[in-house]
Amino acid sequence: METVLFYLFAALTLASGLMVITRRNPVASALYLVLCFFGLAGIYVLMDAYFLAAIQIAVYAGAIMVLFLFVIMLLRLEPTELPSFMNSWSKRLYVAVTLVLGGVFLGLDLMRTVNTGADSALTGEAGAIADRLFNRYLLPFEVTALLLLVAIVGAVVMARRESPKPTASMEEV
Amino acid sequence: MTGLLITLGKILAVFTVTMLTVAYLTLLERKVCAYIQLRKGPNRVGPWGLFQPIADGLKFVFKEDFVPAGANRALHAVAPVLAMAPALTTCAVIPFGSTLPMFGGEVNMIIADLSIGVLFVFAIGSLSVYGLITGGWASNNKYALFGALRAGAQMISYEITLGLAIIPIIMATGSLRLSDIVAYQGAHPWFMIVQPLGFLLFVVASFAETNRLPFDIPEAEPELVAGYHTEYSSMKFAGFYMGEYAAMITAAALIVTLFCGGYHLPWLENLNFFKEHATLLGLLHIGTFLAKMGICLFGFIWVRWSLPRFRYDQLMKLGWKVLLPLGLINILIYGLFTLKDSI
Repeated sequence: METVLFYLFAALTLASGLMVITRRNPVASALYLVLCFFGLAGIYVLMDAYFLAAIQIAVYAGAIMVLFLFVIMLLRLEPTELPSFMNSWSKRLYVAVTLVLGGVFLGLDLMRTVNTGADSALTGEAGAIADRLFNRYLLPFEVTALLLLVAIVGAVVMARRESPKPTASMEEV
Repeated sequence: MTGLLITLGKILAVFTVTMLTVAYLTLLERKVCAYIQLRKGPNRVGPWGLFQPIADGLKFVFKEDFVPAGANRALHAVAPVLAMAPALTTCAVIPFGSTLPMFGGEVNMIIADLSIGVLFVFAIGSLSVYGLITGGWASNNKYALFGALRAGAQMISYEITLGLAIIPIIMATGSLRLSDIVAYQGAHPWFMIVQPLGFLLFVVASFAETNRLPFDIPEAEPELVAGYHTEYSSMKFAGFYMGEYAAMITAAALIVTLFCGGYHLPWLENLNFFKEHATLLGLLHIGTFLAKMGICLFGFIWVRWSLPRFRYDQLMKLGWKVLLPLGLINILIYGLFTLKDSI
């Protein structure tokens, strides 16, 4: 049963991942990416990493992808404005790089003799993850949070425009 | 095998009750609205208009299913399903009763008692916006697109308040399991009483998440025709409508579970009479839960027909500049109280 479910979710993830990069409509791509996240969450559940699965859906599918869709819709990207992936020369480069990298990772995985298994903290309850985050990895965790804050402040500063000073012509009106 | 059958039975029961409630909630909405406006409301189809939802359903089936020119047909068709599915999925983790002795054992009145129940609800709940966004975008209509964009902005903003409002509850119970939270409230005062601020924040954010007045700006009729479902007709339109009411039912069930003691009925359930009759106690719990949900749903309808709609910028201001800081302060206050108790 578990093996069947694993292949089902893996197929879903890979198939929707393929659709993400081959669709010419950006909205369709984004929606397939959401489906891809669902497949991943299903695989997390099979690994007993329930917390991770829920966070995957809540953060990536529920928040980040909504913002992506938001931006795509505001920009009103027409499918024709994007260079067609299937016809471009760079397609061959993409495929070559993917194959080489995939081969390297597969080779590394086969060479690994000892199966270290997943970190036990990642599976099961939220308490185990909280324990690792707030005890052993407290400093990296806080530094990451600070980094995100800096990025947000930076984005706000860059997006902010100087309020237009009232010019003579505007005052006349 | 029996376990699988019991689970299937529970799914069937919850689904049927939810869909029936959706149908009759539309009638209740029109009736309550009518009485608030000193009218009679639907009263022609059956006694007290009781067959009105059936007539409405039949009418929807026979209406023309119109797809506007230039619309994305596939997404246009999928959107109503996306709007309805999350609300129905969330029902799976809500404990709607304690236990009932059946088939020679105790059967838990919950479909799936997940250890991360609260997170599951929020994860699935955060997906409900996709139906609105894709529906509005796929219609190829500027009003629908406006509605979709508003829905996206509103839901992301108020989800944060929703999440912050329940953190003190998780701090108090030390569990993300919904049945643990209900059990805690069986032994302690309800969270509605101990955490009034969190309760208020959660209820306000729930109204925004379900797109109900005073926060129904994604479909604000005077500005956007009908918002994201402007270009929808027939059963597809009914899908959006049912999605909205199903989301309302889920929100009411969550408010009851998290803040109003779930299926617990103080004092009465501790009577000796119920200790001897386990079946009656189980039925009492289910009845209590349904009654509390009914009160919540009535509140949703009551508010809708009493308050005017917020303006878009006011809504954003309320979400980010009032509710979000209040949510953080609520966590801080509760944290200080816990700290004081532990010293």
